[in-house]
Amino acid sequence: MNEPGRRIEVASDQDVVRVRQQVRTLAVAVKLSLVDQTKIVTAASELARNTLVYGGGGWVEVAPADNGRRKGIRIVFSDHGPGIADLDLAFTDGYTTGGGLGLGLSGARRLVDEFDIVTAVGEGTTITVTKWCR
Amino acid sequence: MERVPVLKIGDILLVSIQIDMEDQVALQLQEDLAERIVATGCHGVIIDISALDIVDSFVGRTLATIAAISRVLDAETVVVGMRPAVAITLVELGLSLPGIRTALNVELGMDLLAREREDNGDDDEETNGLEGAETPAVPAP
Repeated sequence: MNEPGRRIEVASDQDVVRVRQQVRTLAVAVKLSLVDQTKIVTAASELARNTLVYGGGGWVEVAPADNGRRKGIRIVFSDHGPGIADLDLAFTDGYTTGGGLGLGLSGARRLVDEFDIVTAVGEGTTITVTKWCR
Repeated sequence: MERVPVLKIGDILLVSIQIDMEDQVALQLQEDLAERIVATGCHGVIIDISALDIVDSFVGRTLATIAAISRVLDAETVVVGMRPAVAITLVELGLSLPGIRTALNVELGMDLLAREREDNGDDDEETNGLEGAETPAVPAP
């Protein structure tokens, strides 16, 4: 029972900024607390950058979520990049293949309530995250 | 591309980040600051992030890099004005910004820099093994 979201193509730095702004606007609209707004926007920034840098670009969909009990925000990040061969390694704090800090994936997972990842080598990666209002 | 302005106030360079920075803008700021430190001979850098509603790992890393670069160029960096929600999120993200001095606002940041400058006098107690490293000459202000 989730409404359709808004899809944002992610192909440049500027698009990552657009994702942040879109997530911020919706996080305010569904009335997440200030700290939770900050967490979901930060997580979205990390994951959108991954879509761009590691996935070679893709799209992000931002939508309100409602499980009947609580409202929240759900974001999908999808790319057709190389995929992730070793998920355990990818979720290790400090591990990176791209010269970053290695905190994007592991850190983003800590900042959201639900985190789902589907990845296949050579096909791409789709990550879905949800943050619920308390 | 937008650019973050770097202001010189006395012996201090002040940067107030007022925009949601693209990654490229953050990298540009890093370069601009290094150049301005050398050009002005300033010994302190204050970066005001009170307008930022998030600091992600990229911006966090940029701040840490700026602090490291300025240290090599004989300037201390203080990051000021971090919002409470940003601090909570940063730590949960796993980024505790080691090596970065912080203060609650610009004024306290300036106090901190002034105190450090007094304490150290001119004999910098650098024990980080950077002595002798090639750093650009700092022209007199």
